Amino acid sequence: MNKPIRAMAVVCLLMFMGLLLNANYVQFVQADDLNEKQGNRRVIDEEFSRERGAIIVDGEPIAQSVPTKDRWQFQRKYTDPKLYAPVTGYFSYQYGQAGIERSYNSILSGSDDRLFVNRVIDLIGNDQPQGGSVELTLDAAAQKAAFEGLADLGEDTRGAVVALNPQTGAVLAMVSQPTYNPNQLSSHDADKVTRTMQRLEKDTTQPLTNRGTQTILPPGSTFKVVTAAAALDDLDLSADDEVRGGATLGFPGINYKLVNQGGSTCGGNPISFERALEVSCNVSFGWLAGKVGQEKMSEQATKFGFGERPIEDLPSAVSRFTADPDATLEPPQLAQSGIGQYEVAATPLQMAMVSAAVANDGVLMKPHLVRTVVAPNLSVLEKPEPEELERPMSAGKARELRDMMVAVVDEGTGSPAAIPGVDVGGKTGTAESAPDRPPYAWFIGFAPADDPQVAVAVLVESAQNTSDIAGGRLGGPIARAVMEAVLR
Amino acid sequence: MSAAGATPAWIPRKRRTAELGLLLLAIVIGIGSYAAVGLGIDGTVPAGIYTVGAVYAVVALGAHVAVRRFAGYADPVLLPLVVCLNGIGLVMIYRIDLGLDSIGSPYGPFAQGQLRWTILGVLMFVAVLVLIRDHRRLQQYTYTFGLAAIALLVLPILPLIGSAKRGAQIWIQLGPFSFQPAEAAKIALAIFFAGYLVAKRDALALAGRRILGVDLPRGRDLGPILLGWLISVGILVFQRDLGSSLLFFGLFVVMLYVATERPGWLVVGTGLFAVGAWFGYLAFGHVRARFDAWLDPWADPDQNYQIITALYGLGHGGLLGRGWGQGSPELTPFGFSDFILSSIGEELGLAGLMAVIVIYGLIVERGLRIALTCRDAFGKLLAVGLSVSFALQVFVVAGGVTRLIPLTGLTAPFLAAGGSSIIMNWIIVALLLRISDQTRRPAPEATPFTGDEATQVVKLS
Repeated sequence: MNKPIRAMAVVCLLMFMGLLLNANYVQFVQADDLNEKQGNRRVIDEEFSRERGAIIVDGEPIAQSVPTKDRWQFQRKYTDPKLYAPVTGYFSYQYGQAGIERSYNSILSGSDDRLFVNRVIDLIGNDQPQGGSVELTLDAAAQKAAFEGLADLGEDTRGAVVALNPQTGAVLAMVSQPTYNPNQLSSHDADKVTRTMQRLEKDTTQPLTNRGTQTILPPGSTFKVVTAAAALDDLDLSADDEVRGGATLGFPGINYKLVNQGGSTCGGNPISFERALEVSCNVSFGWLAGKVGQEKMSEQATKFGFGERPIEDLPSAVSRFTADPDATLEPPQLAQSGIGQYEVAATPLQMAMVSAAVANDGVLMKPHLVRTVVAPNLSVLEKPEPEELERPMSAGKARELRDMMVAVVDEGTGSPAAIPGVDVGGKTGTAESAPDRPPYAWFIGFAPADDPQVAVAVLVESAQNTSDIAGGRLGGPIARAVMEAVLR
Repeated sequence: MSAAGATPAWIPRKRRTAELGLLLLAIVIGIGSYAAVGLGIDGTVPAGIYTVGAVYAVVALGAHVAVRRFAGYADPVLLPLVVCLNGIGLVMIYRIDLGLDSIGSPYGPFAQGQLRWTILGVLMFVAVLVLIRDHRRLQQYTYTFGLAAIALLVLPILPLIGSAKRGAQIWIQLGPFSFQPAEAAKIALAIFFAGYLVAKRDALALAGRRILGVDLPRGRDLGPILLGWLISVGILVFQRDLGSSLLFFGLFVVMLYVATERPGWLVVGTGLFAVGAWFGYLAFGHVRARFDAWLDPWADPDQNYQIITALYGLGHGGLLGRGWGQGSPELTPFGFSDFILSSIGEELGLAGLMAVIVIYGLIVERGLRIALTCRDAFGKLLAVGLSVSFALQVFVVAGGVTRLIPLTGLTAPFLAAGGSSIIMNWIIVALLLRISDQTRRPAPEATPFTGDEATQVVKLS
């Protein structure tokens, strides 16, 4: 019987070889894949109990890990949590991360490949690995001004403010209202975190949404800046040229008339191009959009960044000129699109980019939120250089449009944004939404005109204090406060 | 030739001192691991290090003394290997107790119970060595063991004492004690198969017809053993105990093959297994669920949480492991029993898991070596049966936990928490040591023939 016993010995040997090889496969070859799987509690636990790097604004940490006495050893603490929540996001055991906490997780948690040497040193020294920190481009004063501006409109205000440095694309302010407290989601009390998250997710005002990048709404008259840019370029207009004015714009064979806000006449017919922008004349810009044509309008919008996700560090929505890029607009629809209605929809960030490109001599810079990424030993790992995204306008035409926007603030609807002693450019917008709800108030602007330091977009979706929503009245003062904060 | 030169000078070495040395090493590994868990979790050596350590050492050394006294020529490597595994298992269970406690789990603690079962297991080990002085005596009870195996398997489906846990009706509950009779049935069945096959092996191998290149034995020779196996597997399938049915089937085929020396049995067995597996996949939802979970556990993460988190544990352990007390094996459900190998892979890493698998492999190797050197057919078959079933069990459980094969639900011998498993495996080791003691023992002095006796008729037994 020894022959079959020897055969069985070989079979057993093969079985154990199989086990050993498979163990190597799982624990060596597959280990990294397994560790990266979503919902791997061991990795979450490990990350959660690590000293995570800080998120820094103006040299002060706005998010940092503080030691605790429980089994996770560290807890994430946000100073001014509601102010920065749309940018920082949260760091939660159950719900993972959002915002910068998510997009820079590998740096903050210390698992980034560039921190490999640090990790090896930590391993040898038997120290807990430490995360690198991320310094943001935000300007604390501008951020506060934007936040307080929205808050002053009342507790139930829904809106957003985005401010950019037109010359670099750096995001100087990003505020969304209503907001939430990320400290409540980073708590180690699991039940409390769950209850908070459930409440936030159920909330119809969507406090978890960063309205600055994620909400697209009709930009209304602020979009006239895009139409104006197209007209300046395509029709070779200048500020003093005359354009169609009057009270209504009719379309041959179609029983629809485009009217001005409140049925006014824009002060004559024809009127100057500059005057049309100052008084935000619907008839003029509806007419101009028709003259420019759908193709050129769409092209101009695309050059300003419509149709792309403009920022990598945060979740963002894609702004649009038409819902279906291949659809052909009827003349009235094209006219409505020219004044930022019909299917045109944009995020506040997108409108800030429009304003910034006009201010920056027609050069659109890529928006970014991170100034530097620093390793735990303070060596700089990453320092994003300003990056040109597109040139939507020639420098000359851009300056012309810039001066027209300055006139809007000096003599037109944008007067609430005026800052004494500074040339401020701007454009108001009051976009109609559904008939049963108040319109959206928009304002975009920049300052100073000759050396632009800040471009800003303000969106007020709804405010409790007033039924009289107008972009200038609601958005203008907030925009001014933000610009003043940057210039100060 | 002179009379003096006729006596061979070869005297088998007992090697009991070598066994003692290895055993001390195993004890040091166990107690050292215990201390490491305390250091890893609390930063201090556990309070029970002296008392528990002493109890453990006394139990292990007691087993050694019993071997010295009652099976002096037995294999010297088997006992230290088993003691080492049992110690690692105890420490791992203690460590998971602490982990379960820290996350407020309602399970556990298990370590104290496991230590008690280990002591009982070693007592049974000694009892087997004392009571069964010659394994060939077991052959007289061939059919008794066969019936006992079936009776044991029927127990869990009887009312009152039968008890279902986790979807499998494989337990009996007597007051506070629960017991898994399949573990005991495995030994009884191995003895039955060995005894029956030794009696019938010639008939099985030679008498019969050749069909499709396979020599099929006569029905009356194959019948009883086929019946015994069919009843066992039928009951197990009925109880939804996939692992044990697979194990018993493998045991049956392998012993048939070894006894008849006909490789055809392996072919037939593999074919039958494939057909059975296919039928099981089509007919039983729980078999299909296991199979689907094996192919892609992430397709249904809630349903396959156990295997997924076990794999996460293995991945987290990596090459060198998190270290005793530094991982999170308590996150894996049943990380102390069915999934203890995953817990070991997490805290001791690939290195630790491979060491454990190698220890298992060495136990199988020693068992097969005993089978090879054994001089009587019954002992040979029994040793092969016990060793191969041990190897199959390790393969099925370790392969299941590491996703080499679908998960079936068997315990890792000597490691997993569970009284029946610990006791029965200690009995298996006692049986193997008994067979090896018989094998290595020097042949009794041959009494010189006298002239008269030489003319006597040779007596046939």
